[in-house]
Amino acid sequence: MKKFLAFSILSIALGSNGLLAQTGGELHFCLRSEPKTLNPLLAADDASETVRYLTGGVLMRVNRLTQDLEPELATSWKVTNGGKTITFQLRDGLRFSDGTPFSADDVAYTMQQLMDPALHSPTGDAFRSSDGKVETQVLPKDRIRITFPAPIAGLDRLFDQVAIMSAKSPQKEMAVLGPYYVGENKAGSYLILKRNPNYWEKDPAGRPLPYIESVRLDIQQNRDIEMLRLTRGEIHFINSLDAEYFDKVVAQDPSMAHDAGASLDSEEMWFNQVASAPLPSYKKAWFTSTNFRRAISKSINREDIARIVFRGHARPAVGPVSPANKFWFNAKLQAHRFDQKSALQMLAQDGFRLQDNVLRDHDGHAVEFSVITNSGNKYRERMATMIQQDLSGIGIKLNVVTLDFPSLIERITQTFDYEACLLGLVNDELDPNAQMTVWLSSADSHQWNPSQKTPATTWEAEIDKLMRAQASTLDPKKRKEDFDKVQEIAWQQEPFIYLVNKNALSAVSPAVHNAHPVVLRPQVYWNIDQLSLTSEVARNR
Amino acid sequence: MKWARAAAIVFLLAVSAMCLLANVIAPASYAHQFRDDPNASPSRQHLLGTDDLGRDRFARLLYGTRVSLLLAPAAALLTSLLAAFIGGTAGFVGGWVERCVMAGTDLFLSLPWLFLLITVRALLPLNVSPMVSVLITFAMLGCLGWAGAARIICADARALAQSDFILRARASGSDGFRLLWRHLMPNLKPVLYAQFWISVPVFILTEANLGILGLGVAEPLPSWGSLLRELESFSTTSAQVWQLVPLILFIFVVSSFHLVLTKEELQV
Repeated sequence: MKKFLAFSILSIALGSNGLLAQTGGELHFCLRSEPKTLNPLLAADDASETVRYLTGGVLMRVNRLTQDLEPELATSWKVTNGGKTITFQLRDGLRFSDGTPFSADDVAYTMQQLMDPALHSPTGDAFRSSDGKVETQVLPKDRIRITFPAPIAGLDRLFDQVAIMSAKSPQKEMAVLGPYYVGENKAGSYLILKRNPNYWEKDPAGRPLPYIESVRLDIQQNRDIEMLRLTRGEIHFINSLDAEYFDKVVAQDPSMAHDAGASLDSEEMWFNQVASAPLPSYKKAWFTSTNFRRAISKSINREDIARIVFRGHARPAVGPVSPANKFWFNAKLQAHRFDQKSALQMLAQDGFRLQDNVLRDHDGHAVEFSVITNSGNKYRERMATMIQQDLSGIGIKLNVVTLDFPSLIERITQTFDYEACLLGLVNDELDPNAQMTVWLSSADSHQWNPSQKTPATTWEAEIDKLMRAQASTLDPKKRKEDFDKVQEIAWQQEPFIYLVNKNALSAVSPAVHNAHPVVLRPQVYWNIDQLSLTSEVARNR
Repeated sequence: MKWARAAAIVFLLAVSAMCLLANVIAPASYAHQFRDDPNASPSRQHLLGTDDLGRDRFARLLYGTRVSLLLAPAAALLTSLLAAFIGGTAGFVGGWVERCVMAGTDLFLSLPWLFLLITVRALLPLNVSPMVSVLITFAMLGCLGWAGAARIICADARALAQSDFILRARASGSDGFRLLWRHLMPNLKPVLYAQFWISVPVFILTEANLGILGLGVAEPLPSWGSLLRELESFSTTSAQVWQLVPLILFIFVVSSFHLVLTKEELQV
């Protein structure tokens, strides 16, 4: 009896670490579109990035749970030369999926391909800090040194996206170092990824990873059908759900529903502050007034938006960084509270007055403006309708206009013929350098007033200075201080009125073991090599 | 079928009366958001429950019916008149005029007018009230929907122009506009009625589709189109059958219109 008890305890302990995880079986899930490329250096769409994540071997990986960097193909690394050089110590004895040996030459080859201007690699763009050649130097004892022409802040984390390719394999990019390789690709229908027999990682018991024999990726655009397939047990998870579908999953089987909390994505609204925009001058004066923007922000009930539009699966946004970004979020800041009385006081400072429930500026113009958003996105349409009612509470008439996406982009990037815009920001990167294109006043994506020759306001000049300062140092503490100040200025000036951070929602079948959905992409299968299927499912597949 | 006709008339009068008296009957404004009660089931306070934003569905149905019942037939009338004028004239005159007009109609039919509508919407000013936006939407539908009907009317007009009674009218001295207006057009009434009644539900559904593309009725004004958009996700609706009420009302209203017109009236 004692032996049995000891064995049971041991089994539970080992099982919880995945040591007794069932091997074999086929994991099924859906891609919303066909991958545009299987070349990992060219991946830019969600489907291609999924295939890259499942098949690509990287030198280091951001642990999606802890958000820390962990060694993969490189056992250690060191950033030197003021952020211009990184030296990797590589694992020895590794092989690609086709048996070709892995060496430092493969890393050098990958970097050469990645930085080739003719390839136009979106992953490579993150490494292009300035003009000049990237030099790679293969060193003895499985080491390699990569030198960039200029310092790159957060350089090491960028390698999370770089799947190493073989310099010698005849299979080219199809030879991989990740847990799976592409076994079958039926265009427009499905992909089957097969377990890489040469994958380097083993579990604590010494068993080779991954546990699951193959992964089938069905291409399915219709979300209703995807949901039906999940409930029928035909697929094992849905990586990302919207609030409506999530509640359906909760109603059907609460054990399948996973709400990992606020994600990095945000929904925001901004006013057009472009000096040359075809708007009346009195409206330009409203939109460039900090008091006006802050009053609008205070008049929007973010709690209601999170509760009603996102059914409680969102939280009021604070600023440019979501609380989900553990290191970079400025915890001193709080989301702006709904306070229409204080909003009216702020407006009064700028000469606005409420007359017969209509807000008028000091020249007597009734405050009325339009907000554009992309048609077909019911969450944004609902948010805009809620803001419309909120603003009517302080006498503002808001016209909600939904436009097709190309028309909307043309208005906010070329003609600047709009007053306010409501859109979302999908954020994959934790490092603030990824937001340089948004915060620098000279940047194209500085949406409220893009491509400025010189900063239009003192606070934009201050943000420029701080963003450049944080990008030019390797000291994480100094960088954090600078970026905290950027967040404070953004919070005070509100060029973007941040509304909510949506929660990362997913659904996972009980047949999948070791799944711990997180807020970072890919939420469910970030630990794909640790996932396993229940013995029954593994046998049947 | 007299009882069916009577029932249809009573039903249409009741619906019209309710829409006209929406301000009195509706328990709340169609735009008011009861934020503590979103997605509520039917109750004494909200007869058809509330929508995703907590707006009273019954109030929205009344006002939406008013908008659609007034504007979809108006757009259908505009389309039918344009089709009658263009198709009727082409068929009556015949020859190279008919060939030219029909070539133009074919060209018009081949235009991707969904994209044309999107382009027009992109060019419109942004600060227009919801009522103006709904008027623009239906006016555009009315102006763009004539081509299909014009082809049918042209074919009918051509056949009528060669008929005996037109020959007799010509022999009696009628010609030109008088022949067209007094003799041809009355005989085209059945096909015009048919085109009109086909157009009404088509325009209501087109308005619903345009809403998805951003060209429909602007928030917060309701229309049948915007109410029917709630049915986009069939799996949601299956749990809330009361969301089907706008669809049922839509079917009953269109069917009633058909029942009200007798066979004799359709045959002139």
